[in-house]
Amino acid sequence: MKQEEERVSLSCCEASCACDGEKISQDLTGAIPVAAVNINTAFTVTFPWVEGTVETSVGPVYRISTVLRWQDMVGTLKVRLGLGRTDYRIPPGLYAVGNPGPAAPILVSANYKLSFDRLRRELSGLDLFVMVVDTDGVNVWCAAGKGTFGTEEIVNRIKQTCLDRVVTHRTLILPQLSAPGVAAHAVKQRTGFSVVYGPVRAADIPPFLAAGLQATPEMRMVRFNLWDRLVLTPLELAKLLKPALFVLFVLFLINFFTLGSVTAGVLSRQTFNDFFPYLGAMLVGTVLVPALLPYIPGRAFAWKGWLAGLLWTLVYLAFTFPGPGWLFSLSHLLLLPAIASFLALNYTGSSTYTSLSGVLKEMKVALPAILTSAALGVIFFVAGLFYRPYLGI
Amino acid sequence: MKYRYLKNVVTLELDQEKCTACGVCLTVCPQQVFSLQDDRCVIADRDACLECGACSRNCPYGAVSVRAGVGCAYGVIMGKLRKGKTSTCCAESPCCYIEVEEHKAKK
Repeated sequence: MKQEEERVSLSCCEASCACDGEKISQDLTGAIPVAAVNINTAFTVTFPWVEGTVETSVGPVYRISTVLRWQDMVGTLKVRLGLGRTDYRIPPGLYAVGNPGPAAPILVSANYKLSFDRLRRELSGLDLFVMVVDTDGVNVWCAAGKGTFGTEEIVNRIKQTCLDRVVTHRTLILPQLSAPGVAAHAVKQRTGFSVVYGPVRAADIPPFLAAGLQATPEMRMVRFNLWDRLVLTPLELAKLLKPALFVLFVLFLINFFTLGSVTAGVLSRQTFNDFFPYLGAMLVGTVLVPALLPYIPGRAFAWKGWLAGLLWTLVYLAFTFPGPGWLFSLSHLLLLPAIASFLALNYTGSSTYTSLSGVLKEMKVALPAILTSAALGVIFFVAGLFYRPYLGI
Repeated sequence: MKYRYLKNVVTLELDQEKCTACGVCLTVCPQQVFSLQDDRCVIADRDACLECGACSRNCPYGAVSVRAGVGCAYGVIMGKLRKGKTSTCCAESPCCYIEVEEHKAKK
């Protein structure tokens, strides 16, 4: 106990520090320990990514591993599928990589575990500190946009981790994409720490450090290649599961009541056949449009989605010609491109180059058009149901 | 390759009177919208701007202004549907659309 007290007093620089008694009792009761510059070994929770501790002038800090383990990979896969995505975070505070001394550089990162993993796996062989700020488990760019990765949080975290006593220099390296939330000059004014914006991608950090904190223009550009465009599609598809099941259920009910007495096999086959064009439209909006984004003519996302959706509808109608009647064909022509258009419009949030003004302008035109088209599509569909018996189809 | 979004929509403005050509906007911009010409910062590629607000936030002289926000239709829709409540886009945290509302109020 005595030893513990000593540790606490050692790691405490000011009364306002994270290491005061109040904070520690919080750590005891709370789920996440504050891994600031003040691990009290008695309360240390072992994370798979922690590799012991490193001594600093104000106490020990966790040393983080630069190797991702299979647990990390599984975690990444899970959040990419939308499972537990809002609670995939690590405790904010100061961490060490390698054996950093008082002159070691300090990188700042968000506390979304996915962001943290991407950073640390690029840091092998380096000796530095990583200051993790509390962004509510949101990635750097989004958190900066919301202001959680912001000036206030940086200033507070510098104080909480007693950073001015851990290192002798006064430079923080922030990810470039945190700039929408952080005013570098304000951080300097309030803490004395100069902010240097590092590269956009973690992989460029070693060359950036080697070049004396100089980023090439290439490092400052946001990329959006095929992989970047598709990496978020599983998440979008997961979000679509509920509406898709709803459509499937409605189609099932319709078939159940209109087909009369048929076998379960016929009923389910017919239901899937009816569902197929909608499934196609959803995949067009969430997978095909993102994949072919730069190659689909036009600039507005809703337009790109509508065009691709129309193409899909025409292909579908051609292959199923003459189909169950012209009312259904008309319904498909109105409904399917509208679905694809709406989903493509939603993809603006996943893209890296859309502006709010552009999205607002696009929505003003696209949303009424989509809703009208979809409503007419539903009307023709219902009309088709009622006319089917009379036409003898 | 550089992606192109809608033309003539962005709200980015640069006040040449206040600008000291320190170049911080060139550094923070992820779209290379600004360039340095004859010791002056200029908006070289306005339509590439995604209104993230990095430049205006980091300009020490208040020379750059932009209505910052996130170009996310889903976020805007959810913000409208659940006014007042927290809205979901990235992680169930208050959405970017709230900032738009604030901006309108300021105007």
